[in-house]
Amino acid sequence: VIPAAFDYAAPSSIPETISLLQEHGDEAKILAGGHSLLPLMKLRLAAPGILIDLGRIRDLAYIRDENDHVAIGPMTTHYMLESSDFLRQRLPLLSTAASTVGDMQVRNRGTIGGSLAHADPASDLPTIVTALRGEIVATGPGGERTIAARDFFQDIWTSALEPDEVVTEIRIPYGPAPTSYAYEKFRQRASDWAIVGVAVSLDRQNGTIDRASVVLTNVGTTPVTATAVEEALAGQSANAETIQRAADLASEGLDPSPELKASPDYKRHLARVLTRRALTTALQLS
Amino acid sequence: MNKRAISVTVNGQQHQNEVEPRLLLIHYLRETLGLTGSHIGCDTTSCGACTVLLDGKAVKSCTVLAVQADEHDVTTIEGLAGADGSLHPMQEAFWNEHGLQCGYCTPGMIMTSVALLDRIPDPTVDQIRTGLEGNLCRCTGYQNIIKSVQAAAGVMASTESGGQS
Repeated sequence: VIPAAFDYAAPSSIPETISLLQEHGDEAKILAGGHSLLPLMKLRLAAPGILIDLGRIRDLAYIRDENDHVAIGPMTTHYMLESSDFLRQRLPLLSTAASTVGDMQVRNRGTIGGSLAHADPASDLPTIVTALRGEIVATGPGGERTIAARDFFQDIWTSALEPDEVVTEIRIPYGPAPTSYAYEKFRQRASDWAIVGVAVSLDRQNGTIDRASVVLTNVGTTPVTATAVEEALAGQSANAETIQRAADLASEGLDPSPELKASPDYKRHLARVLTRRALTTALQLS
Repeated sequence: MNKRAISVTVNGQQHQNEVEPRLLLIHYLRETLGLTGSHIGCDTTSCGACTVLLDGKAVKSCTVLAVQADEHDVTTIEGLAGADGSLHPMQEAFWNEHGLQCGYCTPGMIMTSVALLDRIPDPTVDQIRTGLEGNLCRCTGYQNIIKSVQAAAGVMASTESGGQS
């Protein structure tokens, strides 16, 4: 299937990109790796009048250590995330999760900026960046602003980006101590989207969980923070009982929409089971 | 809509064409350039039959626009064999190990496998299976495909280590 006809612009800078966005308004879509947008256009679920391709702007693909956070360029591919030694050391949740996106070919093209801006609640990276308390830098005509991931995702395929803004960086904090982490996702077949996914990132001191981050994929209109689970873990000692009690709360308040391959009840069940597995893996209690 | 001039190096040869922005890379290769070795299977980024190398990396050319390949390097299955017609070790291995039956998925399987060995020259069976998870085959049951990739890895390693070239 062939996408509906569109115009194509290939700006060479971010300011030029923003002028194009201002000029074309709602008709314009940003093209990053194209692995979310082009499939939608081929199915004619999206028919933008013009694509603005970031592919010719230099230096938008990078992973840079800023000492207390890592700065990631919007055109950084999933493959770059999965193969970065620095991320494997400092933010292994991000590199591990990136290595489970789609398949090798998809990870060679798909980008972190594109995945976040696309704001699909079934995608992995929105969940991961939310769990890691990341921030998204959006640049528009008035300059830069920084949006916490927890505020960035607003609805299905809807982010806090204004029509004339573009994602120009992703910032993810990291501390001196390694965190305990896991990403569990349940798929029907290899390289499918998650039916449900759970990202866990825990700060520990000795045997106690200081702070927990637990975020779910594909159980709502955005990545869903499992607040009840986080609260049940904070300040508790890391053992099987704590995990079981906390994981049982993972479906609290969840109202997932039914899908062909999963009813809401099934998704709530998966949320509890996968949260228990993710916590068990993260705390190496298995 | 305005056509756009693109310049793409395919299998070492530079091509200049005026294309519609919506033209997919797979259609550019098959219809504009007549290189029909890369196949269209699912057309939804799932099956991998259309896999080609873009700047050496395996990509699904049904989900890349031809304009995105402008000023880049593409290798298709037609570009693997030597100028004298001698097969690439991966092609040879698929032949020897019966890594194909109907052959529809084979160009994509081979291109992905070549890219996989470029990253992991001596992969485990698990790494081969994971590497090929974006390529679907409906006849072989995959076993002989895995064997083919292992065989090619062996041949390519012995060639690299100073054997015949």
